[in-house]
Amino acid sequence: MSNWALIIYCGLITYLTRFTMIALIRKEMFNDRIRNILSFVPSAIFPAIIFPAIFLDDTGSFQIENNPKIVAAIIAVIIGISSRSIVATIFSGLASYWFIIFVI
Amino acid sequence: MNSKFKIFLKGIIDVSPLMIPVVPFGLIFGVLAVDVGFTPIETMGMSLIIFGGASQIVLLQLFSGGASSLVIISSVGAVNSRHLLYGAVVSEHLSDLKLIWKIIISYFLIDQAFARSNEYFKKNKDDNKYFHLVGGGATCWIIWQSTTFLGIILGAAIPEKLGLSFAIPLTFLALLINDFRKFINVVVIIISGFVATFGYNIIPFKAYVIVAAFIGLVSATILTKMIKTNE
Repeated sequence: MSNWALIIYCGLITYLTRFTMIALIRKEMFNDRIRNILSFVPSAIFPAIIFPAIFLDDTGSFQIENNPKIVAAIIAVIIGISSRSIVATIFSGLASYWFIIFVI
Repeated sequence: MNSKFKIFLKGIIDVSPLMIPVVPFGLIFGVLAVDVGFTPIETMGMSLIIFGGASQIVLLQLFSGGASSLVIISSVGAVNSRHLLYGAVVSEHLSDLKLIWKIIISYFLIDQAFARSNEYFKKNKDDNKYFHLVGGGATCWIIWQSTTFLGIILGAAIPEKLGLSFAIPLTFLALLINDFRKFINVVVIIISGFVATFGYNIIPFKAYVIVAAFIGLVSATILTKMIKTNE
């Protein structure tokens, strides 16, 4: 598949989920149980992007020792939980990462 | 000044504070897309056609890992399934709209604009209240397109040594900060993360995102049930 076809299909599926929710979904279609499960979607899917990007190197092998990303991610989580700020989370993580690789 | 325009402006003002984290997100996207091999035109096309931060970053991540198109498209679909949740809330406010407006508004319905407009809809009964969502959505659109563009230009000037790709997991981590305070969410986060990391090389077709998300959701269902029966 060409890059353009891939982009258009991803765009279509993104648009359709948005359109479905405005035009087709009614409140009564979701009971509390389904709503409760859907509320876990971010917690279920984002870690699948986060964890491999932190614990695996470019070739896909484990990188546990001397891995500045693990330390920086832990700092970002602590700052994130205490500040509740998206910006503070991202920047504290990047700053500690740079501090470890350039200064220490 | 007519009320449509006023409501439109109110949408812009309400959504603006939420645009601060969108700026680095858009820049990073622009830089990384060119880095993993998309042309500047394709990168701009992604932001114009998809117009969704999480979808676009998942696309990049899986594309650079060599995943097939089918896996990429279904993973983007899985990421978007969280939008269905909003439908139950927002559709009651927009059910009287003409179909053409539903078609237009659907393009602008991103997380930030949704969050702010939903608060506004609850408090206001004006017939033109949907202009609030158009204003918020248009603001996000302008920020997202211009930061993508800047990222494409800056990309060549940013040294690889900076390790800016680390900003991807950080951005997603930042989107989960409120979930780190809830017990079931933390367990789900850890389960999904471990499945994805250990399954990265084992699960065929780079389908680790979908497999991890599915196992995470099943665990969430089981945990919710267990906690309810104990109560």
